[in-house]
Amino acid sequence: MNVPTRTSTWDGQNLPGPGGAPDTQGEFFQRDRAMHPPAYAPIYKTSVLRSPRNALLSLHGSLSEITGPVFGHNEIGPLDNDLIRNYAKDGDPIGERILVHGRVLDESGRPVPNTLVEFWQANAAGRYRHKKDTYLAPIDPNFGGCGRTLTDETGYYFFRTVKPGPYPWRNYVNSWRPAHIHFSIFGSGFAQRLITQMYFEGDPLIKVCPIVHTVPDEDAIDRLIAPLDVNAAIPGDMLAYRFDIVLRGRRSTLFENRLEGN
Amino acid sequence: MAQQLGYLKETASQTAGPYVHIGLIPNMAGFDIFENNFGNVLVGPATRGERIAIEGRVLDGTGTPLRDVLIEIWQANSEGRYNHPADRQNKALDDDFRGWGRAGSDFATGLYRFETIKPGPVPGRNRAVMAPHVNFWIVARGINIGLNTRMYFSDEAAANAADPVLNLIEQESRRPTLIAERQLRDGKVVYAFDIHLQGPNETVFFDV
Repeated sequence: MNVPTRTSTWDGQNLPGPGGAPDTQGEFFQRDRAMHPPAYAPIYKTSVLRSPRNALLSLHGSLSEITGPVFGHNEIGPLDNDLIRNYAKDGDPIGERILVHGRVLDESGRPVPNTLVEFWQANAAGRYRHKKDTYLAPIDPNFGGCGRTLTDETGYYFFRTVKPGPYPWRNYVNSWRPAHIHFSIFGSGFAQRLITQMYFEGDPLIKVCPIVHTVPDEDAIDRLIAPLDVNAAIPGDMLAYRFDIVLRGRRSTLFENRLEGN
Repeated sequence: MAQQLGYLKETASQTAGPYVHIGLIPNMAGFDIFENNFGNVLVGPATRGERIAIEGRVLDGTGTPLRDVLIEIWQANSEGRYNHPADRQNKALDDDFRGWGRAGSDFATGLYRFETIKPGPVPGRNRAVMAPHVNFWIVARGINIGLNTRMYFSDEAAANAADPVLNLIEQESRRPTLIAERQLRDGKVVYAFDIHLQGPNETVFFDV
């Protein structure tokens, strides 16, 4: 499929404000790094030797940043978003059955449709199915702990799982992670790529977790905490938590500072 | 009081953690769950372009390789077109090349490896031409927000010298941190690309 080159200039038709249809053409709004954890966050000790010391070099978005991989439904299996069943061997996994659902939006409030969302977590006892996890809590033979899905046209996603347990980790001698689910989201351009963690409303470990508090902004932390969503619970079956994810907004066109012919 | 603009705020990043493999490359975590797995081989038999491998390590501030790092790459095809609707260049797409892959570093050696093709040059902003390059995104335990960088090719000296992004790097001595060295190993082309998170050879990372 060959399409002509388009050198876009401001035409007054593509305002970047809230609302409107999803768009995959323009450059991204500048990332507000004051809401993100800094690379160097000494309360999370491992970050000390793994954080660049030089300032990041600001790069105005080019084709390399505004494009990114596209995934199709044929790449995802029918059980990939069902962590209750996708590794079940001789029964269901142990734990509180929950539905996790929400929307992937951009900063303009537009849905991000057909984007790949991946998730992974510990089992109900706080143990990961990973050759490097040596926590003494047991592996659940019926729980793998990972899944993935594509958002629909409205940016909506959902999956079934069991609620993960908290677990100890080596930061301080007595450090414990709050229950959490890891999320990986693509968006429509590589500069939107994001990995984050979802926490559960009411968990007392959130306020003492060094990894949570690498995020310097209290409101940004609140946005990582999924509320119980009783309306979405399936009566007699499972409770629900809602977790909306916001990716960077993007303009509708790629702006150039010099016009054609200049 | 002015009106509210009404923008939402981006969700904060959190570290991928030590068990990132479970979610993104479960076979490396030690189990088999998905029928279709994403991996570090970007090419199929019909992909057009020069076959290359990219190999290297990600090193911490003491020079120790990260054995739990996950890297994703994103690149144009051999003609220099991205497989994405925003790339409207008049160049052919390659149905057998998405241009994206992910790899975990080896748990023992810290080595990562991709098998791909060498991309063509891509237009930059304001009608500049960018030298052939591969975009990198790096996450791991201890990395709080994914790190973006680029890999350029040592055999593209003239194009690299004119590259608008390499030329943004004020300290010329830092530009080589983005240039992978072309090597021949058993007759196959390998680009060696180590990434230094800290230290005198700290790689240039971008706020994209």
